[in-house]
Amino acid sequence: MNDLGSPQLQIEGVSKVFGSGGTEVVALNDINLSITAGEFVCLLGPSGCGKSTLLNAIAGFSLPTCGRVVANGAEVAVPGPDRAMVFQEYALFPWMTVAANISFGLEIKKIPKAEIIEKVSTLLEKLQIKEFSDRFPKDLSGGMRQRVAIARALALDSPILLMDEPFGALDALTRRSLQEELLRIWMEFKKTIVFVTHSIEESIYLADRIVVMTFRPGTIKQVVPIDLPRPRDVASSRFITIQKQLSQMVMEEQMRFQKDEAEHLRV
Amino acid sequence: MTDKNGRLKNGMAIFKRTLQGTIVPVVLLIVWEALTQSGFINPQILPAPSQVLLKWIAYLKPLEPYDPANMSYLAWLFSGELPHDALASIIRVVGGFGIGAGLALPLGLLMGGSARFYQLMNPLVQLLRPIPPIAYIPLAILWFGLGNPPAFFLISLGAFFPVLMNTISGVRTVDEIYIRAARNLGASGATLFLRVILPAATPHILTGLRVGIGVAFIVVIVAEMIAVNNGLGFRILEAREFMWSDKIIAGMITIGLLGLAIDTGMDRINRYLLRWHRGMDQ
Repeated sequence: MNDLGSPQLQIEGVSKVFGSGGTEVVALNDINLSITAGEFVCLLGPSGCGKSTLLNAIAGFSLPTCGRVVANGAEVAVPGPDRAMVFQEYALFPWMTVAANISFGLEIKKIPKAEIIEKVSTLLEKLQIKEFSDRFPKDLSGGMRQRVAIARALALDSPILLMDEPFGALDALTRRSLQEELLRIWMEFKKTIVFVTHSIEESIYLADRIVVMTFRPGTIKQVVPIDLPRPRDVASSRFITIQKQLSQMVMEEQMRFQKDEAEHLRV
Repeated sequence: MTDKNGRLKNGMAIFKRTLQGTIVPVVLLIVWEALTQSGFINPQILPAPSQVLLKWIAYLKPLEPYDPANMSYLAWLFSGELPHDALASIIRVVGGFGIGAGLALPLGLLMGGSARFYQLMNPLVQLLRPIPPIAYIPLAILWFGLGNPPAFFLISLGAFFPVLMNTISGVRTVDEIYIRAARNLGASGATLFLRVILPAATPHILTGLRVGIGVAFIVVIVAEMIAVNNGLGFRILEAREFMWSDKIIAGMITIGLLGLAIDTGMDRINRYLLRWHRGMDQ
């Protein structure tokens, strides 16, 4: 839709306040961020830094208290298939087979049956889940389930892919293979990806830019561009240097999170 | 080869388990038989199991000898008193359950789906729900007289609330993440309700249907004792008037078998409809 280089996602002065009166919690405070078409951005931070809140604002599940999100040239007001989302585990529809999960979004779009079948078959092939097409999600491992979730999101052909800690529940090896798969898909389909994670290593491995967020109120602490060539070597000295820098930044916020938690217990 | 062996082993295990399961009932039957045969227990109070079995067979058998001029062989085979009673009871359960569940299901979906409608209807539902269907008997007779109408009314009432309550809670407790995922895929309105909320609520709804038919089966026996002059419930009460304890027990056994058959049938349907559900393989 957009040419490479122009902003695909514009976050303008976004704040989000939960609750009211004395129990008000400022989850996001004046977030400004512009994401270019084809960019891979990671939102990184400890629990409570508002990274998922920001993603939900982009997805349209929970609109900002003030400010606005402009996606694909239009202000976000409702959830929609132009901002496909991959959730944490268990968001596949358990009553639908793998193939039915992937084709559901296409059926809603009223795409002709023959076209749906072909598209689903291509995606099954691409994500290497063809032999599971008639299985139900409960028969699949966590890694396979997330492959299906990615296929379901890709089926929508949306330029933007939102990912909410999609690999958080996976073991290290499965996680790495899915990260590689995701990078392959990102390059092939030229998606703009916003990826929420609390893993520093994961964010450096994947992102063009890492947005480090502060603990409550959620603000942007720093935006760290990663210009390491891909495929990235997690054992290289530059990777490790960046990891140390980021680690320090994130740990500062983690300490604030823990202090806050302890104070809440005392009250 | 190993597969065959495995199946054989599995078959043996099932056989062994079945054998173990029969030990206690068989011992009990032998003791019961011995106690009544020896005259220790008055057979009028508690007849011997053998006598109950004979009575059950007599109750099952056609009353008249087979005559092709009168009816077909199949009709004759089921012309006994017991098949008639059982059929009458089954029709009442199925019919009453159909009416009760058929009304409760759409109402429950509506109440679960719309917060406003829920607020409107819930106080009334909470008020009526604790009244046992049996307590409606006087009103049922007053309104519908005797015969099938009050029976159907009571049975459908018995099935109504379990189906209603479970359907409401099924729809209301659908995991938010499914709704988010569906809305992200572009689903809304009827599509969201029929293809996401309804299937997500199915486990609850099926539980309600199962409880509902169980209650319907209890109520049918009571209703038949009061309002009609056939059916298993009527028959065992009638047998009491003649002091036919063997026939009472034979009728009770039939009721038990029928209940078991209904529950097994519901279980099969559940397993098929919920084949996608976790913990549903065995």
